[in-house]
Parts: sequence; C-alpha cells; structure tokens
Amino acid sequence: MDKIPDNRAWWLVLPVFLLVAFSALIPLMTVVNYSVQDIFGPGQAFYVGTEWFKEVLTDERLQDSLMRQFAFSGAVLLIQIPLGIGVALMMPKSGIKGSLCLILVAIPLLIPWNVVGTIWQVFARGDIGLFGWAINQIGIDYNYTGDTVDAWLTVLLMDVWHWTPLVALLCYSGLRAIPEAFYQAAEIDRASKWAVFRYIQLPRLKSVLIIAVLLRFMDSFMIYIEPFVLTGGGPGSSTTFLSQTLTTMAIGQFDLGRAAAFSLIYFLIVLVISWLFFTAITQADKEK
Amino acid sequence: MAEIQLKALAHSYSDTPTGPDDYAIRQLDHVWHKGGAYALLGPSGCGKSTMLNIISGLIQPSEGDVLFDGKRVNELSPRDRNIAQVFQFPVVYDSMTVYENLAFPLKNNKVSASRIKARVREIAEVLEIEDKLYKKAKNLTADEKQKVSMGRGLVREDVSAILFDEPLTVIDPQLKWKLRRKLKQIHEQFDITMVYVTHDQLEASTFADKIAVMYGGQIVQFGTPTELFEAPNHTFVGYFIGSPGMNIVEVERCSGGVCFDSTVLPLEPWQVAILTRMQSNNLKIGIRPEFIEISPIPSDDTFEAQVLDVEDLGTYKNVTVQLGEQELKVRQNEEFEANISSRIHLSFPKQWLMLYVDEFLVQEQQ
Repeated sequence: MDKIPDNRAWWLVLPVFLLVAFSALIPLMTVVNYSVQDIFGPGQAFYVGTEWFKEVLTDERLQDSLMRQFAFSGAVLLIQIPLGIGVALMMPKSGIKGSLCLILVAIPLLIPWNVVGTIWQVFARGDIGLFGWAINQIGIDYNYTGDTVDAWLTVLLMDVWHWTPLVALLCYSGLRAIPEAFYQAAEIDRASKWAVFRYIQLPRLKSVLIIAVLLRFMDSFMIYIEPFVLTGGGPGSSTTFLSQTLTTMAIGQFDLGRAAAFSLIYFLIVLVISWLFFTAITQADKEK
Repeated sequence: MAEIQLKALAHSYSDTPTGPDDYAIRQLDHVWHKGGAYALLGPSGCGKSTMLNIISGLIQPSEGDVLFDGKRVNELSPRDRNIAQVFQFPVVYDSMTVYENLAFPLKNNKVSASRIKARVREIAEVLEIEDKLYKKAKNLTADEKQKVSMGRGLVREDVSAILFDEPLTVIDPQLKWKLRRKLKQIHEQFDITMVYVTHDQLEASTFADKIAVMYGGQIVQFGTPTELFEAPNHTFVGYFIGSPGMNIVEVERCSGGVCFDSTVLPLEPWQVAILTRMQSNNLKIGIRPEFIEISPIPSDDTFEAQVLDVEDLGTYKNVTVQLGEQELKVRQNEEFEANISSRIHLSFPKQWLMLYVDEFLVQEQQ
C-alpha cells in the first residue's frame, strides 16, 4: 500500500495533546515556574534560580520528614505484602463463601480516606474508643496522642487495615488464575505445602505482586489525609510525613517557591524509586 | 510397584446421578497386574481419563473400591498412594530449571543429593534433554516441556505405578515414535506397572502388552493386540481396532445360520446352538476386511458382489464392495486389480465370522 504524506494528519493528534497538556504538562510547568521564583504577592515575583532547591535539600525539617516517610513506606510494604498474600491464600476458592469473603475483605477499600482517619481517631481513643479503651483495660499504657511509638503504631495499623485488602484482592485474582493442573502435578510429585507456595504460587503471583508493591509504595509515600485526621502529624512532628510538611509549607506558610521546589523533588523521588523497583523486579526475571 | 485392583467401580460427576447416562464410569471390575505395561484405549469421553484420575487419587470414585496390593486406598491422596502421573498437557514449574524440575519429586521424597544427581542424569539421557538441564523450564518448546513432564513421572524409583494420560498429544509424529519406544524400554528396564491412556490404537499396541478397550464407561475388552484384532469382544472393539475397522452387519436368524437381505451365511454348529438359546433379536455378524476373500470365479460358498471403490494405500488396497444392500470393506494386497462396478465373488471363512448378540461376542464354551 502506498503511503500518502499529508501533514494535516497531525490535527488528529491534537485532542490527545490537549488532554495531556491540561492534565499533566500545564500543572507541572506551573510548579516549575513557581520553583524558580520568590513570590510575595500578585505581581511581586522575583527570579531566584535554583536557590529554593538548594535550600530545600539542606532543610533539616524536610530531611527528617523524608526519613520518616521512608520508614513508614518500608514498614507498610513489609507488613502488607506478606499479610496480603497470606489472606489471599486463606480465602475460600469459590462458592458463596468465596464471594462473601471478597466483599468482607473489600469493605475497607470503599471507605473515604478522611472517614478512615476519623474512624481510627475515635476507635483508638483511650476514653471512648473501643480499641484504645480495651488496650488500656488489659493493662497496657496506650495513648496515641501523647506517645510517639503509640502514634506510629496506630497510623501503621490504620494503613494496614485500610490497604492490605488491596494486596489481598490482587493476590487472590492471581491465585485464581493458576490452572488446576499445577496443583495436581504438585500433588503427584508429593510437594509439601511450602513447596507448592514457593515453586508454584509465588512465581505465578509475581506480576500481580509487582503491581501491588508499586501501588502500595506510591500510595504510602504520598499518604496525607489519614494521619492528618488521626494525629495531625503529632505528637510533635513524629507522624508528619512528606505531604503534610509540603501542605503546611504551601498553604499554611504560603511559601510557594519553596513548596514548588519541594514538590518537584518529591515527584522525582517517587518516580525514581518506582522505576528502581520495577526494573529490579523485572530484571531478576530474565535468564542469566 | 503394586497390583492395582478396581472393584465394582463407578463414578459420576453429578452429585445426584439419576440414570446410567450420568455415569462417566459404569460399574467395572479390573485388575492391573504388577509390573505390566498396559494401555487404556478408547474414544474421547469414554471415561479413560476419569479412570486414570481415580487410580491416582485425584478423583474420589462415587462407588466401589480401589485396591493397591489388596489394600483399600480410596481415601488416600495421590501423595500417599505414591503414584506418578503424566498429564496430557505439559506441566512444568516455570521458575525452575529443567534439572530442578526433574529433581523436584525426588527432593520431596528426601532422596539423597548424590542419588538425585545420578537419577536426573539418567532420565535426562533417556529423554535426550541432557543439554537443556540448566535451561529455565519456561523457555522450552512444547515438546521439550512434555519431556520434562514425563521425566518427572519417570524419575522416581519407588512408585506404585506410572500413569500416562495421552502424554504424546503435543509431540510431533517422529518424536512420538521414538518416545514410545523409550517408554517401552524404560518399562523393560525398571519393570514398573505402567498404564497408558490413548485413543490411538497404534500407540496402544506399540506400548502395551495388554490393552483395555473402554467404551461408554466400561471396559469392553482386555487382551493382547492380537486378541483384540482376531476376536473383538464387542462390536465397538471390532469397529475401533483395525484400519479399516471390522465389517459389522445386522442379521436375522435363518436355518443353519444368519441372513441379511437375500444372503444366507451358514455358521458353525456351536454358534447356531447358542443362537437358538438366545432371546435377543439384536444380532450382528462381524468380519475383518483382512479375512474376506475375493475370487474372480463363483463357487458353492461365494456371494456375488459389486466393486464400488478401490483405494490404493501404497502397501495395500481397500476395496469397497456392495453385497445386497450392504457395503463391505475388503483389504487386498497391491496386486489386486478390479474395475469399478465390476462383479466379483466374496467368501467368508467360517472361523473369522464373529457373531454378536446384544453387541457382545458369542464365544464357544469350553
């Protein structure tokens, strides 16, 4: 077939171009624009070059916040991935029980984030919250508004409750996709339960686990609403994660230039780490 | 190794079977002797795979018992029955190498490392996959995968039996022949009970000493390839075994024998004697195309027929003739020549005329 050169065809790309421009490029460039200026008010902006970036990178408050963020995301992955796999393995394979389990497991995913924060804020209170009250009753001194460790544990527990179901559902779908023949062969080969998991189920869960790890990493790394509602970032700044620091900076202090520089760095970190995760996992797959 | 006995076995996939049609296996008794090489032959959907899965324990039979060396094993899992099974489609553990795949059943059985090594090498050599041992299993071709699947079945030394469920379906024809010979050799070498499910009679007769033919959820005949050929116990066996299959003609009682259209076939006196005792009117006569004789000139015991078609298959000819209203197949050697629609004369040697009452062969009582 002969190709007919006609540059008017470029017009056909226009809708996509506009869509991407409005959804991603223009907002991003606005942030880039802010990040190189010091803005005092309307019409009072001064070009400052890379000054904001330098300042942000050396800001101790931000570094602390970043470390906290890494610790939090690491803990989230370490707990939720194995737990999610475990839950998926225990769920009934089919039938009415299977469906009921699916609904039950999926419920936390349907609750709006700030409601999750509110639920746990009340639930974990020592005076009127069932959870906090019960813990105190069995003789453990627990107070998430005053104690750093308690606050951390509560935020983690809340996130585990909210998001482990996502990992479980992904793994469940992955497990259902394994043909029965593999289990039959393993049974014939007298494989132990562990061997079945290690050599049949886990390898075949790999692709869903990549998705689960990436989603959970990105989401937990950008967590904002739930800890904000639950602890407000306290006590002190012990549960103040990156996005809360950023919001305080941008909206609380109206420090737009610094906040913009910070957002860009934040964005880059998420991008780079996700890319590293993805490459590491997919590379390991290739034959030596 | 074990003797495998099936006692009054029946299986239905429905929880509430209402009639015989709901049964994949209908009430059968059978013994697979220790150390034999057996084939289970039958068309698709006749219950072969169901039977195999019942023996291995992947399926629990709805009725009857499975006995290994006289012990009831119905409730035992495949693991506890210590049985190896090779499936129709290759199952390999893709995250492992070929070596690890073959070593897997041995590792699960806690075989010593040195023995595993020796055994895996031995089997890899037999299956000619030594050069692929350190390749990841998922990068293999379909027939290599099937070899690995088979290898996992063959690698264990202590199994009660090895079951093959049409293992060569995905393998190309030349290799098929070779692997079948290999299995036979392995059987001779290690003397393990093997049951081989197939729908290909050639495959069955090259592999097995004795073949069980299954039809409609029952074993209709169990015998050597020669027995199946010369005295098919059921019209289905006659039709299914042989190429082309047996000529089977519906007949009626006549004095001294049976008849169809205007043809009267005299039978042996003992056949006539049995026939007069039988009530049923479902009578059939079967004769192999190989045993019908053709002569150009008529004699006392010949029947005149018309040639409808001659197919030359290279090493022999298939002749289709019309006798009365019946079409019959006759197998002749290469020298046979006849024009279409010419008249010829057929004779049916009495010893090859099989009488079937209600589809089952009438045999001489000893």
